[in-house]
Amino acid sequence: MTKRLCIHGLVVAGLLASVAVPASAADTITVASWGGTYQEAEAKAFFDPTAKDLGITIKQDTTNGLDDVRLQVTGNAVKWDITELGADECARGSKEGLFEKLDYNVIDKSGINPKLVHDDWVGISYTSVVLIYRTDVFGDKGPKTWADFWDVQKFPGRRALSGSQATETLSVAALAKGTPIDKVYPVDIDGALQSVDKIKGHIDAWWTSGAQAMQLVKDGEVDMASIWNGRAGTLRKSGAPVSFSFDQGVLTADCMVIPKGSKNKDLAMKALAKFVSPDLQANLPLYVDNGPANEKAFETGKIPPERIKDINSAPENVKKQVLQDPAFWRDTLVEATEKFNNLIQQ
Amino acid sequence: MSLASASLDRAGRPDRGLNADALNADARREAHGLFALLSPGLFLVFAVIIVPVGWLFWLSLFDEAGQLSAANYARFFEQASYIKTFVTTFKVAFFVTGACVLFGYPLAYMLSQLPRRAASICLIFVILPFWTSVLVRTYAWLVILQRKGLVNTWLMDLGVIGQPLPLANNFAGVVIGMTHIMLPFLVLPLYASMKAIDVDCLRAGMNLGASPAATFRQIFFPLSLPGLASGLVIVFVLCLGFFVTPALMGGGKVIMWAMRMEQTTSLYSNWGAGAALGVVLLAVTLALLGLFHWLLGTRVTGVWSRR
Repeated sequence: MTKRLCIHGLVVAGLLASVAVPASAADTITVASWGGTYQEAEAKAFFDPTAKDLGITIKQDTTNGLDDVRLQVTGNAVKWDITELGADECARGSKEGLFEKLDYNVIDKSGINPKLVHDDWVGISYTSVVLIYRTDVFGDKGPKTWADFWDVQKFPGRRALSGSQATETLSVAALAKGTPIDKVYPVDIDGALQSVDKIKGHIDAWWTSGAQAMQLVKDGEVDMASIWNGRAGTLRKSGAPVSFSFDQGVLTADCMVIPKGSKNKDLAMKALAKFVSPDLQANLPLYVDNGPANEKAFETGKIPPERIKDINSAPENVKKQVLQDPAFWRDTLVEATEKFNNLIQQ
Repeated sequence: MSLASASLDRAGRPDRGLNADALNADARREAHGLFALLSPGLFLVFAVIIVPVGWLFWLSLFDEAGQLSAANYARFFEQASYIKTFVTTFKVAFFVTGACVLFGYPLAYMLSQLPRRAASICLIFVILPFWTSVLVRTYAWLVILQRKGLVNTWLMDLGVIGQPLPLANNFAGVVIGMTHIMLPFLVLPLYASMKAIDVDCLRAGMNLGASPAATFRQIFFPLSLPGLASGLVIVFVLCLGFFVTPALMGGGKVIMWAMRMEQTTSLYSNWGAGAALGVVLLAVTLALLGLFHWLLGTRVTGVWSRR
């Protein structure tokens, strides 16, 4: 009798659990991004309003990039419902079949550059690679173009470029050769490598993280560098003697995906639709220097006009920059990166 | 115990006592008991070391299309940067180990000669940094060594140098940073072995007319070798897999094997590409340990074998 009671108890408990667990899980999604001030801004701009709107809980996690997604998907242990990646990573991951298809009946893609709208990934924000120089070394007559950066006679000084982001360094190397901004893509990789070869003897550090680039410039370890605009903006705000502009910047997009096997795919789709909506996209530049991927954000009236000129993806600034093409790097990244590594390590 | 009785059996002693069977059974039980005690550890080693490493090795044999191939290994010879990275890794490990011996041996010697209380206090200064995060220490070195860092500012203010010395974001920076982190790994085993040296041996040497230098050279130094060898091997092997310090102090110009693994893992869609790097590092490390054993084994029996 007691035994049967026990079994009944177990069955009831099991039923309760099976009802209770999916119900609460369905109301919660997990979003992963890069952490730091950028993710804090995303939380305020995208995650919190979406959670409130949909009446769900959005948990946050941080990612190292494509290899994390690959690990979860191939290991059949997907813990994220949405994750952010660099656009070239999205393009590569798509080729590997790591993401769920996106439903553009749920997600409104209007206002997003078609190059960033794909079957299984969509653009979320922009970062620019810009040329920064120290004004205590050059005054306001510092290197303004990548050709200047490459001109070691006219602009003597210590230099840093990205060693980890071969795509970005090859793009600026192409600009340094005098390639017009609308002709950089598709990148002539061998030509760009030759261009890197010319400057590599004068590079004092090849940075591998945004924080490192910032530290190199901040501490005066180098006098000029390529740097992400968010980091450059932070330096300027902290009072460091630096100058940079969006002229000849390289606009690189970030994207979001739903990893294949996400347990809350439909809810993630709805949340992602909110994230890329002009209304929430317009929040992002209020908290951080990364521009919105949806250009309709600039029509919402939420962004103060004086702020617009500082945003890398504002139509005025986009004209001055090269848009990095994720589809190009999807097919060339591995080979180009290996060649780039061979070159800078010689 | 069990070993002793087993060899006793093998020796086939003629005078088998009446209770030999009982004793043998007892010995077997004890062996089983000991094995049972060991089994959780063995299981752990099997589950978390043997299986994953085997799996890693297996993965390294497949290319991006999932086909069995040697592509992941062939890459090391096709791309010059891998060989360069490999050479750099050994160069760094070599210099860091050398610097550790240079600084660590005198330090351990001094510690071993100090009175117990003073030695304990000094040891705290060796161990304290050991407990501090590697990341924190590396950043600290960056602040000290960079172009406008403490060392260069002071030396320039004192007029010793006209131009800042290139101490960070290069090979020198990596070696300095890593030496600091590796030093306790050499000093601690060395200190332990020096403390274990019987002072009477030194006194006997002196008594027989050896000068202090000769006593050190002929008695103390050889007796300290086992500790030195084990410290040396620990430092060298740990250096081979180092990541944080070269990544931060090398300025992207000193790429070590572990950094290459990280790059390769994110670059290639198959785990095999990164796994192959791991397999190579493991194989080379084991080969090196074998070499050390062969070179030093006979002299430092205390460490290398129990025979």
